[in-house]
Amino acid sequence: MKARLRRLLFLLSVALIAAFSILPFLWFIATSLKTQMEITAIPPTLLPSFSLDFYRSALDDYHLLHYLKNSVIVAGAATAGTIGISLFAGYALARIPLRHKPLIMGSLLLVAMFPQISIAGPVWQILAALGWLNSYQGLILPYITLSLPLGVWIMTGFFRELPQELEDAARVDGCGHLQTLFRIIIPLAAPGVFTAAILVFIYAWNEFFFALLIMTQRPYQTLPVGIALFQGQYTIPWGEIAAASTIATIPLVLLVLLFQRRIVRGLSAGAIKG
Amino acid sequence: MTIPTRSVHCLAPRRRRERLFAAALLFPCFAFVAVFAFYPIIHSLYLSLYRIILGLPGLSQPFVYLENYRQLWGDAVARHALANTFLFVAVSTTCEMLLGLAMALVINRSFRGRGLIRAAVLIPWAIPTVVASQMWRFINNDHYGLLNFLLYGSDLASYQAWLADPTFAMAAVVVADIWKTSAFAALIILAGLQTIPDELYEAARLDGATAWQRFTRITLPLIKPALLIALLFRTMDAFRVFDLVFVMTQGGPADATNVLQFYGYKKMFAEGLLGYGATISVLVFLIILALSLVYVRFLGREIMEERP
Repeated sequence: MKARLRRLLFLLSVALIAAFSILPFLWFIATSLKTQMEITAIPPTLLPSFSLDFYRSALDDYHLLHYLKNSVIVAGAATAGTIGISLFAGYALARIPLRHKPLIMGSLLLVAMFPQISIAGPVWQILAALGWLNSYQGLILPYITLSLPLGVWIMTGFFRELPQELEDAARVDGCGHLQTLFRIIIPLAAPGVFTAAILVFIYAWNEFFFALLIMTQRPYQTLPVGIALFQGQYTIPWGEIAAASTIATIPLVLLVLLFQRRIVRGLSAGAIKG
Repeated sequence: MTIPTRSVHCLAPRRRRERLFAAALLFPCFAFVAVFAFYPIIHSLYLSLYRIILGLPGLSQPFVYLENYRQLWGDAVARHALANTFLFVAVSTTCEMLLGLAMALVINRSFRGRGLIRAAVLIPWAIPTVVASQMWRFINNDHYGLLNFLLYGSDLASYQAWLADPTFAMAAVVVADIWKTSAFAALIILAGLQTIPDELYEAARLDGATAWQRFTRITLPLIKPALLIALLFRTMDAFRVFDLVFVMTQGGPADATNVLQFYGYKKMFAEGLLGYGATISVLVFLIILALSLVYVRFLGREIMEERP
């Protein structure tokens, strides 16, 4: 009896956690599938009529595809750049005896931590001087910088776990460092690269602060900026905002459903092993 | 036979070559961080000593020494924003740690559909903060928000404009943050929980330890490093809250949700006061630096102890 009660309590808490996590967003998705009448109805309509009007309006009147394209370009390029750079840096930090390693790792951590405002002004000035405000590279470069700590930490942790014997064997066979890196290490690092890539992509896809500063003109704005600045003529276009939000979130939900194990491991790897 | 002698000869140059190679590998990373992170921090310090107004290039940019700092010291809005930021950090981080611990303890048990629950928990974390902000802004809406309906049903006359009320607006932003990021704390803590071998619990059970004793004597001490790391990351992240405030309240009503990062943004980019904004940047950076030094002292020791 007591065991059954405990089991019931446990299942209840699981249900509570699930509800807390997904119900609010499900409500927003439902909103995107309603009609204007249903959105303003009191009591609220629980089941939407699955109207796609707001999606059509978001695409046609609010240039959703446009923001989507910019987000794909910026997040994709930032991910590729970060991974390339952190692959090399991670290898050096994990495998080559160096002085000041804790200092390097520590200052990277600091970069990951400090508030964006503490670098915003000068970054803006640099980009303005280069004429790169409202350009893809103008946003991609800061994104690479700010996601490098994450990438380097994950890659370093990953490389540390690869057995040293592999490299020693390659070395005995006459491979230099560079050859070892490209022939032995990088192919083995694929899972680590993939984990880091998912996390960096999510970061770049979601980033708002720098996107807001740097992309002041609509042709270059990314999804978060678009969604934050959606404005109707007289009212807040909730339906369109919900539709755009749903579209912006779908890729992330897919990533989470497909790779949750990897994401969890990646998030905790750098953190727990230090 | 000749191989050993050769390797002895080559040792010193090889080590130097190795170091050069490492430097080459680290260079791109270093270059990015130097240009877009360290230089800007130092340059902010420089900018904070000048009066620079964006969009007025004809205006001179005089060196004003510590005038900006004196102004910041007497700036009531800045003081308010500082207090708001600390309030936000304290309340949201505490709630997120407690909720994260509870969630981690539940998910750590094995049951059918655990993977699905873990994915569900991750969803708020993965959602863009701007999207979460719009969602909570909608839920708090004064005419057809879900919150009003849940509290007052169809009694339209009692509906509140939550985000227009100073106290409730701050609470709404905190709730949105808790919803969005408790999962992160939960995952870090979960990783800590999973390093605890089951045998420890078995042994404690055999010795007659109660569930509460097992929790306080085994679980808590062993996940302390994970707890501290989650706390560190959450504190730092809460400190730079911006998206939620920008979308949900624009710092209002009456600066009730104005936080440092938002205030600095407004001064710098809405009002164009680059010099004064840089002064806020410096203040924020110094606070974070001090905080992280404190944390690193604690954390460093904790992690070192864990190591063999």
